Amino acid sequence: MGDWSGMSPRAHKPLQPASTAPEQIRNFCIIAHIDHGKSTLADRMLQITGIVDDRSMRAQYLDRMDIERERGITIKSQAVRMPWEVDGKTFALNMIDTPGHVDFTYEVSRSLAACEGAILLVDAAQGIEAQTLANLYLAMENDLTIIPVLNKIDLPAADPEKYALELAELIGGKPEDVLRVSGKTGMGVSELLDLVVAQIPAPVGDPNAPARAMIFDSVYDAYRGVITYVRVIDGKLNPRQRIQMMSTKASHELIEIGVSSPEPIPSEGLGVGEVGYLITGVKDVRQSKVGDTVTDFQKPATVALDGYTDPKAMVFSGLYPIDGSDYPVLREALDKLKLSDASLNYEPETSVALGFGFRCGFLGLLHLEIITERLEREFGLDLIATAPSVPYEVTTEDRKTVTVTNPSEYPGGKINSVREPLVKASILAPKDYVGAIMELCQSRRGNLLGMDYFGTDRVEMKYEIPLGEIVFDFFDHLKSRTQGYASLDYEDAGDQEADLVKVDIMLQGETVDAFSAIVHREKAYAYGVLMTERLKKLIPRQQFEVPIQAAIGARIIARETISAIRKDVLAKCYGGDITRKRKLLEKQKEGKKRMKMVGRVEVPQEAFIAALQGDEEVKKK
Amino acid sequence: MSDSRTLSAYVHVPYCRVRCGYCDFNTYTSTELRGAKQSDFVDHVAAEIDLARTELSQAQDTRELSTIFFGGGTPTLLPVTDLVGTVSNLRQAFGIAADAEVTVEANPDSVDADYLGALAQGGVNRVSFGVQSAVPSVLAVLDRTHNPDRVPEVVAAARAAGLAVSIDLIYGSPGETLDDWRASLELVAALGVDHVSAYSLIVEDGTALERKIRRGELEDPDPNLQADMYEMADVAFSQMGLGWYELSNWSRSSTTRSRHNVAYWLNQDWWGFGAGAHSHLAGRRWWNVKHPAAYAQRVMAGESPAADGEVPTSSEKYLEDVLLGTRLVEGFAIERLTPEARDEVPALVAQGLIIQDAAARGRVVLTLQGRLVADAVVRRLT
Repeated sequence: MGDWSGMSPRAHKPLQPASTAPEQIRNFCIIAHIDHGKSTLADRMLQITGIVDDRSMRAQYLDRMDIERERGITIKSQAVRMPWEVDGKTFALNMIDTPGHVDFTYEVSRSLAACEGAILLVDAAQGIEAQTLANLYLAMENDLTIIPVLNKIDLPAADPEKYALELAELIGGKPEDVLRVSGKTGMGVSELLDLVVAQIPAPVGDPNAPARAMIFDSVYDAYRGVITYVRVIDGKLNPRQRIQMMSTKASHELIEIGVSSPEPIPSEGLGVGEVGYLITGVKDVRQSKVGDTVTDFQKPATVALDGYTDPKAMVFSGLYPIDGSDYPVLREALDKLKLSDASLNYEPETSVALGFGFRCGFLGLLHLEIITERLEREFGLDLIATAPSVPYEVTTEDRKTVTVTNPSEYPGGKINSVREPLVKASILAPKDYVGAIMELCQSRRGNLLGMDYFGTDRVEMKYEIPLGEIVFDFFDHLKSRTQGYASLDYEDAGDQEADLVKVDIMLQGETVDAFSAIVHREKAYAYGVLMTERLKKLIPRQQFEVPIQAAIGARIIARETISAIRKDVLAKCYGGDITRKRKLLEKQKEGKKRMKMVGRVEVPQEAFIAALQGDEEVKKK
Repeated sequence: MSDSRTLSAYVHVPYCRVRCGYCDFNTYTSTELRGAKQSDFVDHVAAEIDLARTELSQAQDTRELSTIFFGGGTPTLLPVTDLVGTVSNLRQAFGIAADAEVTVEANPDSVDADYLGALAQGGVNRVSFGVQSAVPSVLAVLDRTHNPDRVPEVVAAARAAGLAVSIDLIYGSPGETLDDWRASLELVAALGVDHVSAYSLIVEDGTALERKIRRGELEDPDPNLQADMYEMADVAFSQMGLGWYELSNWSRSSTTRSRHNVAYWLNQDWWGFGAGAHSHLAGRRWWNVKHPAAYAQRVMAGESPAADGEVPTSSEKYLEDVLLGTRLVEGFAIERLTPEARDEVPALVAQGLIIQDAAARGRVVLTLQGRLVADAVVRRLT
């Protein structure tokens, strides 16, 4: 890496936390889509401001976990304090890293609330994506100053003119004002830091009021317990101070307070407008909730900061260990992940088909995917996840309402009404794909709210669509119908009553819980046919005939039959090769052990897994 | 302990003129041989016979052979003098019991009256013809080259030479119909033989047949059609006076059974000679290296040709005993079952898989339906 210290002055003497005037502080975040180079740009900033030396520079320093590194996405945000000098005056720049994905909108909103400005970072070869657009709107709602930046201008495919125009149309201003940088080469990064100082307002707060600081992130660390990241609004937080969480009234003594630069550096406290971390020794991130207000225990503030909500699980799935003996490992692993992920919740559940597992609630599909992958990778588990479901409000005839997150818990008897969660989805794609997207959204009961063209060839389509319709394979279909060009974002949009039914799948009259699904009445038949056909291909023939049925209540809507197999014997003993015959039987017996019994029907677990994954290619033996 | 067991010899002749598409046995056509000449076969086996004699003598095992079986491959591809010479080598080394059964497997098109006469002269007293089917189209699917019309002729020649005759059949080949199978059964009836083996076709991995099925050139055999064929055969054979005594074997009387095969099912001792042959002696199983060239190299250097072996553990032995014993019409003693397996017996009776009267007499004997799902029964008893 080169040396940038000559291009713009690094600050010679960084400002001390707790005694930095708000006028010398700038709090900002970077809004960007996955792969648009946010982490690389952040790395370059760390390097140029001199807080990470060139030698110890690790690519994408701020992303801690392997998964983040591999997928190039940031799951957990952090804040880094960087010194920067403009016109002989030293500033403290707090860069707050925001999660860049659809499921973490709430966390993003809290990160944004901790800032006065945002860098809107867009790949100069790809243009803005739906996710970025959603976060940009969020930033504008928070009255943040936006600095539009095109990244990766060193790429041959970069088209800065086109995308600068697009950005200018989007946020106002002139295309020439869009800064062009390369996180990779460092080009334009110093100018960007100068712009941050020049354009983003300094924080404002009352230094004499009772302390109020907003939690915008909390991270579990195996050695230090929970590390809470805060932005101080009013007053001051001091070492050894007893603090209180305003939502829970829980109080803790500060063991350590400091700033990340980017390694944690203890400080004499944090004053108005400052961003840093707190350590109290608590072991569970639930005690340090994102959005909550930290105040002084002795002299508490009376009014908490706005915007705190509990993250709500929107997608539910049963997670089961493929090897049943891994159940305790799964329990332990979830208990551990919960320490660092306040939005993960779960409870034990059993399934005829899959054995012992957990019903888990997630913020969204990506959250589900990330947790499953972390469980598999960090804890060596082999897992199967049931088809994702959303929470339904089911009112029975006797006017009782229950929230159903697992189709197998759908109430029996007469149902008065079912309400399903709705989302407002924003899909951004080249305009050639409008037809394909409309077709897909209509097939998923989507309701077009509007279309906005921007730039020369792109369009944002807004749909109101049931969440249950997009949790399954919507994104895959969207990607394949648009050759990967479409991007998707969605946000909660309340709920609606819908004509939904539960479809059960039965083997010889026994319901196989893992395959029950809540679907729109018009799609019940298609689901029934799909699952019965799929299972017919996957379940080995038994010594008796096995009917596979799909049913709504007592009404059968689809049926397949697995004919009986009358022969289960190897006729020949292969000369004197008894060993071979014995081994064949041992293998058969081993296979039987892994069979799950549904009534009298023996089903290999692989068949259930393949049916859940829609993988019909599993060889039937 | 070896005293109570009989000793048999199996001689594997790993040569065929053509390889049949369904066959996964250890056999080679001449082009596959890398230097191990067919003409030296008798010498190679003689070398292993010497090794066996030495080993048994050291163990003070003086048993005579009660059965000998030449299998393949195609034993009758060899000059008859090779087979007869090997019988004589075995006789010299171990002695052959006066009432011993000495069988040679033969293709109907690889023998004639002279050949069969010479076999009988040399001490062979039983021949097992690989007829497989009476229907040319079925034989073609199996890559069998003989003309089914020749079968009565060679059977008559064998009888004239004083040989007992057994017929091997295969059923359930791709495309074979119940009518095709009936024609094969009628051929057996017309021959009036005392013993028949009928095996359902098994599509083995790695065979040409398996590849053809995978590519969709042939259809996968339907196990339920094979079950129908088995039932048809069982009825037909009993009408011919042949009763089942093992899952795939039918015999006119207890004296016309294949004593060699029965020795396998009763877990007797046998030494398997030749490339890829399996042996069982004094509780140990082993098997020879597969390729004739590797085999020749070992035995000619005076080394054991064994590739590997095992002493089955007690639970493995139990599984073997049950799987072998239940194949026989005499069945398996209930008292030798584990307590858990004994608890399964009433359910197996109730499901019509084992014979109630036999169970009452203390034996697990399969019903016709039980024979069709014998592996499932064994899994429940082990």
